[in-house]
Amino acid sequence: MFDEYLARRYRTTTRPKKEHYLVKDSAAIVGIGATEFSKDSGRSELQMVCEAVKAAVDDAGLQMEEIDGFVRFEMDYTDEMHICSSLGIPKLTYFAECGWGGGASCSTIVHAAAAIAAGVAECIVCYRGMNEASGRRYGRIPGTPSIMTAPRDHFGSILPFGHCTPPGWVAMFASRYLHEFDATAEDLAWVSVVCREHANRNPNAIFYDRPLTVQECVEARMIIEPLRLYDCCVDTDGAVAIIVASAEKAKKLKQKPAYIVGATQGNATEGELMTSYYRPVISGLPEAWYTGQELWRVTGAIPSDVNVAQFYDAFSPLIPMQLEEYGFCDRGKGMDFCRGGDRIRLGGELPCNTSGSHLSEAYLHGMNLIAEAVRQIRGTSTAQVKNAELSLVTGGLGIPTSAILLRN
Amino acid sequence: MAIDSIKDKAAIVGIGVVDFSTDIGRTEWYTACQAIKLAAEEAGVNIDDIDGMVKSVDDGPDPTYTGKGLGIDNLLYHSENHWGTSAMMNAVHAVAGGLCNYCVYYQTAHRASGPEKCISDFLVAREFRDDSLDMVRYDYFSPFGLIGEPGYVAMMYRRYMHETGIKPEQLGWVPIVASENAARNTNAIFFDKSITIDDYMQSKLIADPIRELDCAPKVDGSIAIVITTPERAKALKQEPVIINSVASGYALEGQNYTSYTRDVITDLPEMENMAKELYRVGGMGPKDIKVAMLDDTFAPYVPMQLEALGFCGKGEAPAFIEGGDKIRVGGQLPVNPDGGEIGQGRFITTRIVEAVRQIRGTSTNQVANTDTVLVASGAGGPADGMICRKE
Amino acid sequence: MSVEYNADQKIPHPAMWGVLYKSSTPFWDGVKEKRVMLQRCKSCGYWLNPPRPMCPKCRSQESEWVAAKGTGKIYSWVTFNESPHSAFKTPYEAVLVELDEGPRIVSNVVGINSDELEIGMPVEVTFEDVAEDLTLPKFKKVG
Repeated sequence: MFDEYLARRYRTTTRPKKEHYLVKDSAAIVGIGATEFSKDSGRSELQMVCEAVKAAVDDAGLQMEEIDGFVRFEMDYTDEMHICSSLGIPKLTYFAECGWGGGASCSTIVHAAAAIAAGVAECIVCYRGMNEASGRRYGRIPGTPSIMTAPRDHFGSILPFGHCTPPGWVAMFASRYLHEFDATAEDLAWVSVVCREHANRNPNAIFYDRPLTVQECVEARMIIEPLRLYDCCVDTDGAVAIIVASAEKAKKLKQKPAYIVGATQGNATEGELMTSYYRPVISGLPEAWYTGQELWRVTGAIPSDVNVAQFYDAFSPLIPMQLEEYGFCDRGKGMDFCRGGDRIRLGGELPCNTSGSHLSEAYLHGMNLIAEAVRQIRGTSTAQVKNAELSLVTGGLGIPTSAILLRN
Repeated sequence: MAIDSIKDKAAIVGIGVVDFSTDIGRTEWYTACQAIKLAAEEAGVNIDDIDGMVKSVDDGPDPTYTGKGLGIDNLLYHSENHWGTSAMMNAVHAVAGGLCNYCVYYQTAHRASGPEKCISDFLVAREFRDDSLDMVRYDYFSPFGLIGEPGYVAMMYRRYMHETGIKPEQLGWVPIVASENAARNTNAIFFDKSITIDDYMQSKLIADPIRELDCAPKVDGSIAIVITTPERAKALKQEPVIINSVASGYALEGQNYTSYTRDVITDLPEMENMAKELYRVGGMGPKDIKVAMLDDTFAPYVPMQLEALGFCGKGEAPAFIEGGDKIRVGGQLPVNPDGGEIGQGRFITTRIVEAVRQIRGTSTNQVANTDTVLVASGAGGPADGMICRKE
Repeated sequence: MSVEYNADQKIPHPAMWGVLYKSSTPFWDGVKEKRVMLQRCKSCGYWLNPPRPMCPKCRSQESEWVAAKGTGKIYSWVTFNESPHSAFKTPYEAVLVELDEGPRIVSNVVGINSDELEIGMPVEVTFEDVAEDLTLPKFKKVG
């Protein structure tokens, strides 16, 4: 098994036939809605989610009664039952839930698109609402069963050593990554700087009016070596809702549809919650690799076809690592790709995270990244890539993950 | 491209059941892997070929950990659902939609020996999580001592008694028939022999009008079910059980077991909505169903489901169950021939296992010539259901 | 009969459910001032019970809290013979009261024997300080 892992031999004998993949082009994202992003929303998550859903329904030009499905994050503190009782949605024929924190972001679209392709629902809301800045922050020691969804044995073997927060968990494998590929803090800083440049064009971004330089990045407060302040996402209060509808229905609605070419999930063996330290190599993200392989297979696209990408960036090293895992560059070359910022900024070879993403716009567990990918297809981003045909979004890392590819 | 319907697009090809007990003595991780291994062997599917996993959020280890235990490289599809057996729907979408080939739906829960010893303890433990809406307004109920599912259901059931005139002597037939059926099922550990109406009437009123015998007891167990497409099923070991239809249902002003603010609190609008969809997709009706696997977590939901699913008219259910003849094996509509959750313990996927056995003709309490079985779950909350049939 | 408590055990306080309590705080604040407060949609008058951020009927987000008269009828009840929580001495009743305004709330009764309880029985609110930091609205026979 380890040998196979090292070779990362993708399962070739038993994959479903490509022509059986019904999700392709069956559904589209037709509505996006969000609250403001802030450090203290002053209201409940349920209320913010209702606001975001209402905004998304209006954006799509739908009636609330037309919503017939919901997909939620397992980690979300709100549920479809109370949301429907507030919004007056009389009937659902589909509801589902996706696990693994930010890994669920594109999973919600996988579920919605599959349900639509199977003909059980027509308009499905995927949402996330969190008071992560003013409420329960993820930087704290996990004490709730919802975070410790895994068998407890493993946390028992790391928490007693004080190794108990997401930045710490990621720092452990990020250190290995920087070490193995001789990358420096300056190299890493370019990721945060480019995201900030994009956020400076986006009035909805938390850091809209705060420019950032490489110098500031490398001098910023160290959170956990090698992660400094600007290598970490911005804790946010807010909610985002995304509406997925059948391709047929999408044509009749207000917005230009962002068709879902492919939506895939991936996990890899020897996985743990952001602490997959027992693999032979820990400087990669095999879940992302698997997700990408499947995405390219079912869509028939290749990385160079992609015009704009929103990579999940809870921490800055995850962007160069994903550039490698999704096949935009060779193993170990992700940092080169980001250095200087030219290839990943607007106008570059692969403009990345054009809203400012988690590092500078808001941290909404990947759902704000999906909204930005949709804006790129619609042509309404504040950092618009010209003639964006294919728009990629990826889900949370260090955990089972997911990705979607949208097209014009 | 999309398909019009999921009718007949998936099949159950294997089941694995780890013997139930009240103290299983192994971890949930262990028994989850064990059940999947059994199910894969029964189906004739290589474990390495399993590429999808679905489950209920609360029951058992996550697919990543289960996959790791089984040595599965990577999964193309994984999903966790909250309500009843609604994970089944995702499994059907995944195999019908070409997202994966062999999807395993597993449920592992050690509720009898685990940290959640009794129903009320379990709820109190959950209630102390302040981070979740959790579908029940604990803040409005708990200060008054309305705590625990038997109490939540009792509040509704008192009203049901008032509105329908159902008597304990009628409802009692649900647990009586369950005990008869359970006594024939080796996996049902709670009854060695059938109880009588006197036994029922003497059963403790734990949350009056709910008796101890109205509640499914806690149990340790683990079940796995392998789902694939009917085409792929042909090459496998077992006669496939075709999934004719799956559906979920939902209604306004809902709260888990406690939808007390609706105008009428004594029907199951979620179940009614689900049934409409289930019959529409599958092109069947209540008359086509030979065996009904109903949610009997709490006995009053059985007569309510008989009405909501169209097996009898509104207000007819109390008479339908009285005496047990209509719901026994050999009766008009055998209900839960495996003893249900009252006989086997609180374990939702037992219904799917028994549906498969009835279609295959291998139940310990076989109904003759069963070609269609309906499975319903989620009474008192968001509902889901499945109709499966012989190929 | 009335609920009796085990003095050494803490009665569940609504504030324990932080997320839920955010929406029900006006109810519990009202109880301290001996009023039964209900949330109502400001634009169409639909009762938002239990409280919620938006009106399902007209989808307005403007709501108001109004005091109920405090009278109603027993809609259903449960007698607990097995205690689900150590603070409550068994047996005791939890009741569902349909207020004259329409909404239903869960509560307890005061001074009504269990064999007297019946669906449809008219009741009125009374307030009981059950702990230093907790007052509960309970219901007694009218008159």
